[in-house]
Amino acid sequence: MGAIQDVEKGFLRTDLPDLNPGDTVIVKVKIKEGDKERLQPFEGIVTKMRGNGLKSTFTVRKISYGIGVERIFPVHSPSIDSVKVLSRGKVRRAKLYYLKDLKGKAARIKTKR
Amino acid sequence: MINGILGKKIGMTHVFSEDGASIPVTVIKTDSCYVVQRKTKENDGYEALQLGIGEKKESRLNKPMKGHFKKAGTPGLYRLMEFKGSGLDEYKQGQIINCGDVFKAGDFVDVLGRSKGKGFQGSMRRWHFSGGGESHGSMHNRAPGSIGSSSDPSRVYKGMRMAGHMGDRKTTVQNIKVVAVKPEENIILLNGAVPGAVNSVVVINKALKKSK
Repeated sequence: MGAIQDVEKGFLRTDLPDLNPGDTVIVKVKIKEGDKERLQPFEGIVTKMRGNGLKSTFTVRKISYGIGVERIFPVHSPSIDSVKVLSRGKVRRAKLYYLKDLKGKAARIKTKR
Repeated sequence: MINGILGKKIGMTHVFSEDGASIPVTVIKTDSCYVVQRKTKENDGYEALQLGIGEKKESRLNKPMKGHFKKAGTPGLYRLMEFKGSGLDEYKQGQIINCGDVFKAGDFVDVLGRSKGKGFQGSMRRWHFSGGGESHGSMHNRAPGSIGSSSDPSRVYKGMRMAGHMGDRKTTVQNIKVVAVKPEENIILLNGAVPGAVNSVVVINKALKKSK
């Protein structure tokens, strides 16, 4: 399996912070419009980390105008400009699917000290 | 230049293009692709190069094959295949062919492999028949339906699509794009999937129907 790791090595990013489920993050995504490029922020809670190596992804959930929105990002994608961790959450699950059933105050996550 | 090369399927992953798009790729390793024999017009009536891949224990070889590989100066090889091409005189017996000399990124190739065996499958999976209704009292669920007329012709035509063994057949996928070639590691990255299981031998030929 060494050959696959060799291929992936050149694409792995080390400049982004380590993420865990429950963290509140701002992901800045590069968006191309014609020749111009702008950054679009996406702020929310990391609800899921999956995969390994280059194939790993993370899911960010936010409430936008009262509607829950989830976006899946490849961890090593070059279209991610930066990821900023606002707070580290204290959670007891690896996949925070239960947040989908909760809203408002109940959907808050305790922050780690 | 030879028209094709033998490789070993390592597995799949994805890479990113410059604009951030994710491209699914199959990783093919082509190290130990030896030139075993040169077929010439005088000797054999046609021009070709016999390549071999996959080292095999010497104790597993029979005597004629042992002599064949000894003459070429290669280790015993698992799979042999002939390839056409032009300027075949530049290749020497026993030489290892590097994938970087044959293919470059952006080329189109046809890939031949032995598809994964699926066992005995019904007509819905094997031939994409639509089957019958699943509920409302339907008793015709996954059956193939009619397989022909009655007293005339009084037989089932040959080649009628029915249930049977699926997969484990020689399969070619045409016009696969080469995403990248890494000559120093002898690795080719092909866009998308190729037939065959991991670790199986695949034949990569220049695309027959597409040049660039």
